[in-house]
Parts: sequence; C-alpha cells; structure tokens
Amino acid sequence: MAASSVGVCTACTICRLSGRYWFSRTFSYNNNFSSRNVQTTTLHCQSQPQTKRKTDPRKWVGVVGLEIHAQIHSNAKLFSESGVLFAAPPNSLVSYFDASLPGTLPVLNRRCVEAAVMTSLALNCTINKKSLFDRKHYFYADLPAGYQITQQRLPIAVAGSLIYNLLVGQKWNQVVTKTVRIKQIQLEQDSGKSLHDDTRSQTLIDLNRAGVGLMEVVMEPDMCCGEEAAAAVRELQLILQALGTCQGNMAEGQLRVDANVSVHQPGEPLGVRTEVKNINSARFLARAIDYEIQRQTDVLESGGWILNETRSFDYKSGRTTPMRDKEGLQDYRFMPEPNLPPLILYDNKTVPTQADPQQVVNIDQIRERLPELPNVRRSRLVEQYGILPEHSFTLVNEDGLMEYFVSVARETKAEPRKIIGWIIKDLLGLLKQHSLNVSQSPISPMSMAELLNLLEAGTISSSAAKQVFQELWKGAGSSASQIVQKLDLGLLQDHSTLEQICRTVIDSNQEEVRAIRAGNKKVLNKLIGLVQRELKGRADPVQVKTILEEKTL
Amino acid sequence: MLGLTLREVALALREGKVSPTELCQRCLHFIRKTKFLNAYVTVTEEIALKQAEQAEKRFLKGETLGPLDGIPIAVKDNFSTASIQTTCASQMLKGYIPPFNATVVQKLLDQGAVLMGKTNLDEFAMGSGSTDTIFGPVRNPWGYSRQYQERCAQNPEDTKDSSDWLITGGSSGGSAASVASLTCFASLGSDTGGSTRNPAANCGVVGLKPTYGLLSRHGLIPLVNSMDVPGILTRSVHDAATVLGVLGGHDPKDSTTVPEPFKPFSLPDEIDVRNVCVGIPREYHAPGLSKEILAHWTKAAELFEKAGARVVEVSLPHTQHSIVCYHVLCTAEVASNMARFDGLEYGHRSTIDSSTEVMYASTRHEGFNDVVRGRILSGNYFLLKQNYDRYFVKAQKVRRLISNDFMKVFSSGVDVLLTPTTLSDASRYSEFIKEDNRTRSAQEDIFTQCANMAGLPAVTLPVALSERNLPISLQFIGQGFREKNLLTVAKWYEQQVKFPLIEFQDVADHVSEFPKKTKSASAS
Repeated sequence: MAASSVGVCTACTICRLSGRYWFSRTFSYNNNFSSRNVQTTTLHCQSQPQTKRKTDPRKWVGVVGLEIHAQIHSNAKLFSESGVLFAAPPNSLVSYFDASLPGTLPVLNRRCVEAAVMTSLALNCTINKKSLFDRKHYFYADLPAGYQITQQRLPIAVAGSLIYNLLVGQKWNQVVTKTVRIKQIQLEQDSGKSLHDDTRSQTLIDLNRAGVGLMEVVMEPDMCCGEEAAAAVRELQLILQALGTCQGNMAEGQLRVDANVSVHQPGEPLGVRTEVKNINSARFLARAIDYEIQRQTDVLESGGWILNETRSFDYKSGRTTPMRDKEGLQDYRFMPEPNLPPLILYDNKTVPTQADPQQVVNIDQIRERLPELPNVRRSRLVEQYGILPEHSFTLVNEDGLMEYFVSVARETKAEPRKIIGWIIKDLLGLLKQHSLNVSQSPISPMSMAELLNLLEAGTISSSAAKQVFQELWKGAGSSASQIVQKLDLGLLQDHSTLEQICRTVIDSNQEEVRAIRAGNKKVLNKLIGLVQRELKGRADPVQVKTILEEKTL
Repeated sequence: MLGLTLREVALALREGKVSPTELCQRCLHFIRKTKFLNAYVTVTEEIALKQAEQAEKRFLKGETLGPLDGIPIAVKDNFSTASIQTTCASQMLKGYIPPFNATVVQKLLDQGAVLMGKTNLDEFAMGSGSTDTIFGPVRNPWGYSRQYQERCAQNPEDTKDSSDWLITGGSSGGSAASVASLTCFASLGSDTGGSTRNPAANCGVVGLKPTYGLLSRHGLIPLVNSMDVPGILTRSVHDAATVLGVLGGHDPKDSTTVPEPFKPFSLPDEIDVRNVCVGIPREYHAPGLSKEILAHWTKAAELFEKAGARVVEVSLPHTQHSIVCYHVLCTAEVASNMARFDGLEYGHRSTIDSSTEVMYASTRHEGFNDVVRGRILSGNYFLLKQNYDRYFVKAQKVRRLISNDFMKVFSSGVDVLLTPTTLSDASRYSEFIKEDNRTRSAQEDIFTQCANMAGLPAVTLPVALSERNLPISLQFIGQGFREKNLLTVAKWYEQQVKFPLIEFQDVADHVSEFPKKTKSASAS
C-alpha cells in the first residue's frame, strides 16, 4: 500500500478522538480480545527490569523483510498529467483525476512503466509481459478516490534479487557479499499528505503527492539485522539513482522503507512479525530494526508473545510504538481496475511490426539502455585503478566521492592508491567530522590534484602537504602552490644549507650521536625529526637521512 | 417544425426555412410548456441561445460545422458539463459544477450542437423507472398524447385511473422524454444495463447503445465502468447513426476506447435485407413477456422472412444467469466507484463532523438514497475477501460464458439478433412503484443487460402502438463494432413499420384539465 502520512488521527476538517471512538475500536478487535489483554500485560512486563531470563537470549535471531516504496522520477504522475515536484506549494500539482473528480479516468504514464521495467531488469527480475491493475479500497482523507490503484494480482515483475555488500572485520576492511530475494515489483499510486493541526483539531490535505507513481519493491525476509537491511537499502538506492528511475532521497520521502521484523530460534518456524513504519533514513532503519529485534526478544524471553501489528519508529527515543490508527483488520476489497486494460510489454521478438513506437514498451530496448550499475562500477574501479575492493565500496557508496576521485586521478600523476589515502582518510574524514557531503567540500578536485602534483614532483614534502591541505580546507581562496609560496613550504633545495643545519643538530646532540655510533640506529630518527622541525618540514627526509648518516657514522 | 427528425430539421436549417435561433427559441418555449414532464433538471437557456446565435452566424457565412450545427440537443445529467451543474439527480452532487466537459459532450459542442439542458434520471443512473430522483419522477409524454388520451376515453376502465401518469422507464428517462416530447432532436443517455434502450422503448424513440470501447466514457460519471456506454436517443435510426458518427472514436483520456480509427458512416435509404441473417434467441421468450410484444416480435420475424432475409432460431444458453451476474458485477463496481463521494473534495458534506469517520458516514447517508446505499452495501459484501471468489469471480466467469454465447451465434452466420426491448408497454407510476427498485431493475433489464455484459451494440426502435396506444419497441443486437450493419437492418425495419409521430396535446394550456381535453393541437 501507499505509505501514507503518519499521524494519530485522520480527520480532514475536524478530528477529535472521543472515548467512544476508542470503545468501538476495541470491539472491532473482539476476535482476539484475549490475546490483546495478554499483550497489554507483557508490555508492562517489558518496561520492568528483567531479573531472570529463562533461556539464553542469544539463540533468538532476527528475520527482516522490507517493503520499499520508490517514487518514480518522472515529469508527470502515474495516471495523470500533473507534475511531480517535492515541496511545491500545496495543492498546486493536482489534476481533476488526482482530486478524483467523478468521470475522470486513469491514463497510464509510459515513462513510469519504463522506469519500472528498467528497475526490474537491474534487480534481475522476471518481467511479466502482461500485468494487471487493481483497486485497493480504504477510506483515508488523503486518498481522494477511496481506493488506490495498485497491482495486487499480477505485478509488473517478480522473482528478482538484490546483491549487496557489507563491510565487516575489525578495520571494516572485509567485504562480505549478500543476496536478498525480491518477491515482486509493482506499480501503484502514491497517496496525498495529511497535515494534522492538533491545536485547531483539524487536518489539512495536500494532494500534490496523490497519484505520483510508486514502485513497490517487496523483499523476502532474507536479512537478519538492521545493518544488513540498511546496506541492502543503500545498494537499492544506488541502483535506482544510477538508473535515474528514482531520486532515492529518503528524507524527502522519495524512498520509503517499511520493515517486517520477527524473531525466531534457528530451526523453528518464523515468529509473528510486526511492521515498522515511519523510517526516514538508512541509519534509523538499522536502529529501528535492531530495537524491534531486541524488543521482541525481550517480550518472548519474559514469556509474552508478539502481536501482529504495525509499529511506528520514533527517532528521538529510538523506540517503536504501536500505531493506533492502523489497528484492526482491514479488508481492502480488491477489485480489478476496470478503466485500465492489461499492461502488455513486448520484446524484440513479440513487438508488433506496425505498432506505434510511442504506444509500446520494448523490454529489450530498455535493457540496452541500462547504465553501469554500482557493483560493476566498483569492479571497474578496482581493475582500472588497482585500488582495494573496500576502497571501491567507499568511493561508490559516498555520494559524489567516486566522481571526485576520478577527477583527481585524471589531473594528477600520483598513484591511485595514494590519491585514495588522501581522499578517504583525510578529505572524507574531515567532511564527516563537519557533517558535509562531498559536493560541499571546500577543497575542489582540482585543488586536491594540484596539491598531489606538488607532492609528486618533490616540490613539497608530505608533512608540508598536510599543512597545505589544512590551509586549503580553511578555504581562503588560495591555490595549493600559492599557499606553498606564502608559507614558504617549498622543499629546501640548497644542499649546503641542509648540511649546515644537520651539522648544528649533531653538534648540539652529542649524546644521541654516541648512541648511534654504538649501534642504536633508531636514534637517527630523532635527529631527522629535529632537522625537520628546524626547517618546518621543508626538507626531503631521504636527503636528511643520508647527510646525518654520513656525519654520524 | 419540432416534430421533424434531426435529418429533416438540419435540411430546413440549411435551406433557411428556419434559423438556429428561431429553432432554439421554439424548443425552449416547448420545454417551458412541458415542464410538468420533469424531463429537464437544468435548462441552459442562456447558453443555448448563445450557441444558437453562433450557429446562426456560421449559417449566414455558409461555414457550417456539420450535420449537428444549430441542432438542439439534451444531455443526461450524469455527463460532466463545464460550468453547468451536474447532479446525477443525487443530493450528493447537488450544486456540483464540473470544470470540464465529458468528451462526448465536447464533441457535440464542437459540432455546433445547441445544448438545451441536462436531463433527469434515476439517482446515479441506478434504476429502470426514472422515478428515484431527487428532482421527482419523469413523466412519459405519451401519457399526454392524443393517441393515448382518446383510447383512455374509449375505455371506461382506464378512465378511472386517468389521473395517474405513465413512467418513462430508466434510467435515462429525462433524455427519452426530451426527444419524445419534441423539445430537442437528439439526446445523450447512458446505458449500463439498458438505461438508454428501456426509456427509449417506453417513450417511442430510437435508443442506441454502441459497442463498449467505441465511445469515450471520459466525463461520464460512472455506474459500472466495465459496462457503461454513452447512449444516443433520436427520433430515427438515421439520426442515431449521424450522432454516432460525431461521437465515435478513440479518446486518449479513456484507455478503454479502441485505438483503431472510427469512420463515420451514413445509412443507405434503399436497403435490401435478402443477404441478412436474423437470429431469434429462444431464451428471450421470457415469463412476463406481454402478448402484444410477443405478437409484434413474431410479426417482425415474418416481415424479415417475407423480404427474403434468413430468419433462424438461435440459443444463448446462459441468458437466464445474466441478470444475477449483472447484479453482482454492477454492485461491486458501484461500491468502488461511490467510494470517492466522501464530502472532502466536492459535493455534499455533512455538518456532523465529530470525527472523520462520522463525517464520512453522515455525508454518505445524507447524500445517497436507499437504492444507492443498498447497492454499495451489496457490492462491498461481494468484494469481501471471503466472498470475492464465490461471487465476483464467478460472475465474471459467467459473464465470459454469456459473451461466448453471442460469439458462437454470430460466428454461425447470424448478422443481428432480434429481441423484445421490454416486457410490456409503459407502466403507470402507481403500478410501477408497487415493487422496489431492485426488483424492477431485474425485471426491466432482462432483455437489455446481456448486450452490456458482452459489450455488444444494440438498438431499440418503436415498431407499433399497443392496444393502449403506447409505443411497443423491439431490439436489434449486433456484432461488436458493426454498428453500420446493425443500424442498416434497424433502419430497414423502421421503414416497414412507419411508427406514428406522437400527437402531443397543447399541454401547457390544458395540463390541469387532463385528460378530458382532446383538442387536436399537435406540437409539430
């Protein structure tokens, strides 16, 4: 279903949660009234300190499946011509169809179909040459027609897989490859948004989002923890962005993830699952899932049982709580959508020769247009630049970092491995420290390349390079070479000056010289350090070492 | 002048015998006079006069748009009309003014047709009497005809009920009455289970239900999307073909219209039926079929045979199951289609709003009549998870069988099927309301809804006057997208029977004295 806006109540004009409302809701639950009471008890238990555990909690494992709603990146909505734009003025992108004016009919947007086909191909799905649209009925203020058009019986694609990677190990340097099966991908309409004004007891409806095309990607419960789920979602996000079928911004709701979480003991049947909603970042996804796994484990450990319910994640407290307005068993009264003929897709073999190319979608043609996907991109980086797999992982997963790396590599003769060090350790480290993304970096790829070229050419030492980097970060507007000049950081080229300084250092550190002569060569490093300090790191360390060795031995 | 057919009046306009404005004014005058029929929900006088004026300018310049230019027409009030209230005769949409025109309405206007107004109907087109409407029931003009009045006077038994009036049938009763009462030359109805053909038959006019997918439904407020078709009501088969020529064809706004280009056609005046094979489905000898209709049905078969056509008895074995399945499919789609009427975006909104759910419930309770609410309830019941396979899926399967019945018959060489349209001539109101809407719909749609289940074109035409001097009509059902064949055969039969024009009393002056006044003041 469309991930509708979350709120306690759903009123459009006036909304009051009266006592009577609660009363009737309780009775709609009369089928499992007793279990509800039990659940209430366990919830109380849960909040109390656990003194004794009957069994070893470590044997519970989490089982996680995801339902992901990806907003299709298109100019127009799924069944109407109104535009799609985040944060446009409320109700400014609403066609007669979107507002469900009687007599309006859906007209399928070809671009949305192509996006779904392309995404399905990238996720190794079997594409159904014929798929159907259905109506799913429920009353909700931001669902104007009283039903959502979706693909319940026969979706556009089934049986795919998503391969994703996890970084594990002490140094996060082992790449583990995992696979999650894709059950199906279906096209459906997004709902509008409800804005609840609790003080005035009213709800305002914005239909800009109503009818925007969604691809619902249903993943099988093949994951076991928040980290896996977050990694899978990140990989999906990268794939969608590479394809251009979804912009994938979770904060703007372009990618919305609901997690189905249960726990069980290996070898036992799967446990009762809960659905966790209201997750708006990959980080919160991991936290919500891990919280839920722990919560369920605690409930089961204390002898309670899990209710099949929808829970909302509160990012402030890091907890999940039951969603009251999603309570009760809904019968969606599915029915075929009578206003849309079956969606027929073609391939090179089946495409009708006389067909208007604007009227048919050819799967083979879309396959040819598939861009390079993230996993291929990573292998290419490893192969082309000789970098480590875990580094390719970081480059591709950080927005814009790969492009940054490639630009730098193009402009400098420095070894790719060296560039990686500067970009991942120094630049990315600082960016993260300041919560910036790559596009906001104060150091442009050109400046970085210039700096590395100065280092490569021997114009500056590596310690001077670090200073230049710090200056560049401050962003005073000077180029790397200007900074070198201004701070006089250029490598000391005059051999006699260098010798003279080495002599002075030896003269004033006779004790160390004796130690070296006695065979303790490590002490030489101390002298090298002293020389560098004298020269503010401007000397070539190799040269300094040679001179000092000559003069001490 | 008003009694002419569309073809005749178009010629009169062209020859300058009458101007569009004059014609429009005459129709408007007659609409006022026949107001008691309740055929119109909204009379668009200003718009009509303006359109007539524009037509007049075109005629003067010799730049007419086509066969409908300057012709007064009426549109059922479930077609969206820009800036004109569109109510579906329901409290729910009272005051609703659509911001756009239905495609078929737009096509009529583009051809210079002059819109006289919006016509009455059963609420949301649910009914077969045009009696369940917030604007009050529609009265059948034939009840005020000289023909009927004279017969009543002769028959003392009828006279005692003579203050009672006749229903039009439905749900497009207003559209049928508007054409039958000579206030316009063509009107749009909608046909889901017979809603165009049933009132056309009762009111003695031609009613065409085209093939599903030939005409756009965009802007038609739906009853059952998979069966709804805009219907055409005229005073001759030829006129129906003319209007069809304007309305047919693919609409990008309706994905269920067929993409193949549609070629408008005109019907020949000299027709030979010697190569035609007419099928008589034996299952249409239904219980309750009046002797008179049976007699005229038989007579029609004989006439075809005499003219050299091949007349064969055929079987459509699943016919008896059709009405039940129609009911299931109809109510299921109704339940779904009506879900949008929640009082939020448009239409009626209840003032009881203690919570959203309460507001929804009271809005829908206040906005819909019992018939609509009853169908919503049944439909939702059929769509429940535990019932879906038993009812909805099963009904769809039977629908397929019904469609296959027709396919088999047509592939055996039959060109058209000849059947009754209704069980009898028009009922009296007091008689009709003795049964509820559901029972009446099941009875009245018996011969018509099969064509909707199969998506086939069908046309009804008046063939004779009954003993009560009321229209008796027969129906021809044709092959999908073969309207030309269907209408050619129908036109041939129309030529044979020479159905009389209604002799409409000078009703406005004497309506209070009805029915004793028999002054012959034909409207034409």
